[in-house]
Amino acid sequence: MTRVLIVAEHDGTKLNQSTARCVSCASAISGAEITIAVLAVEPAPIAAQAGALKGVAKVVTVANAANSHALAAVYAPQLAALASDYSHVFGPSNTFGKDTLARLAGLLGVTQVSDIMAVEGAYRFRRPIYAGNAIITVETAQDRKVVATVRTASFEAAGSGGNASVSAASVNVALPSHTRYVSVKTGQSDRPDLQTAAKVVSGGRALGSAENFKILYRLAEKMGAAVGASRAAVDAGYAPNELQVGQTGKIIAPQLYMAIGISGAIQHLTGIKDARTIVAINKDGEAPIFEVADYGLVGDLFQIVPELEKLIGARG
Amino acid sequence: MRKIMVCVKRVVDYNVRVRVKPDGTGVVLDGVKMSVNPFDDIALEEALRIRERGEAGEVITVSIGPDEAQQQLRTTLAMGADRSILVKTAQPVGPLTAAKAILAVIKREGPEIVILGKQAIDDDNAQTGQLVAALWDRPQATFASKVEIKGTMLTVTREVDAGLETIEVDLPAVITTDLRLNEPRYVKLPDIMKAKKKPLEVTDLAALGVAESDTVKVLKYEPPKPRAKGVMVKDVAELVAALKSKGLVS
Repeated sequence: MTRVLIVAEHDGTKLNQSTARCVSCASAISGAEITIAVLAVEPAPIAAQAGALKGVAKVVTVANAANSHALAAVYAPQLAALASDYSHVFGPSNTFGKDTLARLAGLLGVTQVSDIMAVEGAYRFRRPIYAGNAIITVETAQDRKVVATVRTASFEAAGSGGNASVSAASVNVALPSHTRYVSVKTGQSDRPDLQTAAKVVSGGRALGSAENFKILYRLAEKMGAAVGASRAAVDAGYAPNELQVGQTGKIIAPQLYMAIGISGAIQHLTGIKDARTIVAINKDGEAPIFEVADYGLVGDLFQIVPELEKLIGARG
Repeated sequence: MRKIMVCVKRVVDYNVRVRVKPDGTGVVLDGVKMSVNPFDDIALEEALRIRERGEAGEVITVSIGPDEAQQQLRTTLAMGADRSILVKTAQPVGPLTAAKAILAVIKREGPEIVILGKQAIDDDNAQTGQLVAALWDRPQATFASKVEIKGTMLTVTREVDAGLETIEVDLPAVITTDLRLNEPRYVKLPDIMKAKKKPLEVTDLAALGVAESDTVKVLKYEPPKPRAKGVMVKDVAELVAALKSKGLVS
């Protein structure tokens, strides 16, 4: 029987939407029984949110002061202990999941299946390689545990309506003290989260400076959109690292993605290929971004963006 | 004096547009330019800077791959590594086998810091560093954008989804590099000449006592589905009208 354990991602109180997307991925395995593991200081409120997700049979909680921050070295041994009751362990393919699940794979002596984009069977999955230039179908050993990260942009978030039982698990493993959390610096913002936003306004090197980049924040605010950036814009210091979209940044699937002054390197395109509608604005009509855009507009972004700001939200 | 080990992978060059073979058995590699994985270049640069600050004595580069990976190891020697080790494999191996080979070299060489790229740009797995850390039972500091050595520990700033996270790890430890850790130096011609005289040892999995043990195998390769062709609009008004008609903006 296929029993999938999903590692909950949370901030101490709130479950991240990535977990609901992992549930949809696991639900694509026919007959799978889905359990969510919540490792936290006080797991109860998070467990309640996890248990309400449609398709989840059980929630197991591990309460431990050591779980105040999601350190892979601390999480992985606890997950390895829990994993004995399951055939599969899934987590999101973001910085949390990539750090944690691969370490778990090492502890369990298996290769991780990274970035599942489609489920073909309990032991057969599809995933992108070469920045999405090729898609491979992989098969994992059936007599071994499957440890995998889920490409969250490929799956809708599971809805609510679930009513899973919640139980506390006793995990009796020594946790290392060799890895210690110090601090996190996060760009405070009231804008929607880039990873889950329905609309994203994203800028590239053509913005020219951090000062100029602010015109995108204004447009995004008017649209209720999140702000993203190309690697070139982040490398140049126009935007912070957490806004980077692409092969080595965030993989997103908004309803609307507006690429402004982004040429469209393949490494960037792999991060947006699941966007429903892509708009490209660039002064170079030959830019590769136009090959994937649903709507393309050639012109000077410094004229176009203020015009957009004026027309969007206007009557007519 | 402290040793640093840097793991490098021979991959299809960053600028090559990779194509899937028509029969679905792999990607076209004939006549394609191969390079050091860009994240591994960053790993090596960081190791060289630590050595240049006097905080390490030796930088060793290690690659697991075909005989031709000696070319990439020579590049690392030209950049400034002191010596290289190639673990030669007849066929490409997966991340778990590579991690076990790296661990075997760690046990032999005794580095205090092991640095790898956060992912290889060919299979995009992003797992070898974490596997090595798990098998070695040592800390991992993944996606590093700043590394400081403080006595017997490292303070590492990591690029995470929320922003920048700082952690402390005790040595020995594994680091995986993100893009903004540093900007790798260019190789100068005289250094390429000097690199030819530096030691490059070739060994193999059997000599290291490592068995191939990956649990994931590839069944087939396919090209991605192309997106439907879009339309060019003539001005902002036409664009906004189109987006409004689809209900994407108000």
